[in-house]
Amino acid sequence: MTKSHNPEQDAERIRRILAGEKQLFHELIRPCERSIYFLLFSLLRNESEAEDAAQETVIKVYRNLHLFRGDSPFRTWVLSIARNEGLGRLRKAETRREDSLDALMDNEAGDFTPAVLTSWREVPLEALERMELGALLRKAIEGLPGIYRNVVLLRDIEEMDVRETAAALGIAEGAVKVRLHRARALLQRELAPKLKGFTPRRGKLFGWAK
Amino acid sequence: MRIDCKHVWEHISAYIDGDVDAELRAEIDRHLETCEICCAVLDSTRNVVVLLADDRVFELPVGFTDRLHARLDAELALSEGP
Repeated sequence: MTKSHNPEQDAERIRRILAGEKQLFHELIRPCERSIYFLLFSLLRNESEAEDAAQETVIKVYRNLHLFRGDSPFRTWVLSIARNEGLGRLRKAETRREDSLDALMDNEAGDFTPAVLTSWREVPLEALERMELGALLRKAIEGLPGIYRNVVLLRDIEEMDVRETAAALGIAEGAVKVRLHRARALLQRELAPKLKGFTPRRGKLFGWAK
Repeated sequence: MRIDCKHVWEHISAYIDGDVDAELRAEIDRHLETCEICCAVLDSTRNVVVLLADDRVFELPVGFTDRLHARLDAELALSEGP
């Protein structure tokens, strides 16, 4: 899994692809695949449509590669193409979901107070199986309003930084931070009572006895 | 001045990301020393963030990469280059 990326390597690959080594495009796009798919999934909320849109995005990236100027990281440019692809599909859809994109404003009043859970440190009665945990998290993410879901997908799931997330979504860095804070608060409230007892692959969870 | 729980919650996300200034961080740390509730909220929020970054939680659909590269191969075969 490549979540980080290497601008010099990208630039070199792009140069070679434009010079005729077409097959190298497979390697160029590979590190971006996950982010493309999950950004589109967060917009479209449908696996097969997100996959179709991801394929279209990759084809568009290839066809327009000569237009990439290198003033932003390659992945950021790719994700802006993915976002446009996703937004275009949403616009075409006749019935838009109520909460898609514009319905929720950042100044919307909402309850972002956390779930108060003093028993977080207690030894859990039962540990959740991996599949159950994945399902819980995915369901919680899917339940988020669209503008929060996009940000949490890029920042916390794809681990992009604030700047890259802002550029990919076409919003201000301040908006990324506000939305991320609210998204995490909503997720904490939804998930904290259900997540006791699961240990992630990377490091241990906080607040747990070893 | 001692900050209250609500104030701490407002900054939890920034605190986790290391995006609060030294003074605010110190105030929050001081609050956390004595507040069980905020410690639990912080721990559980952090845990959610840790779990989200776990690659097993969000997986690509089975066969996604193969189908994508097959489609790409068809495109590359047709094109003379980007």
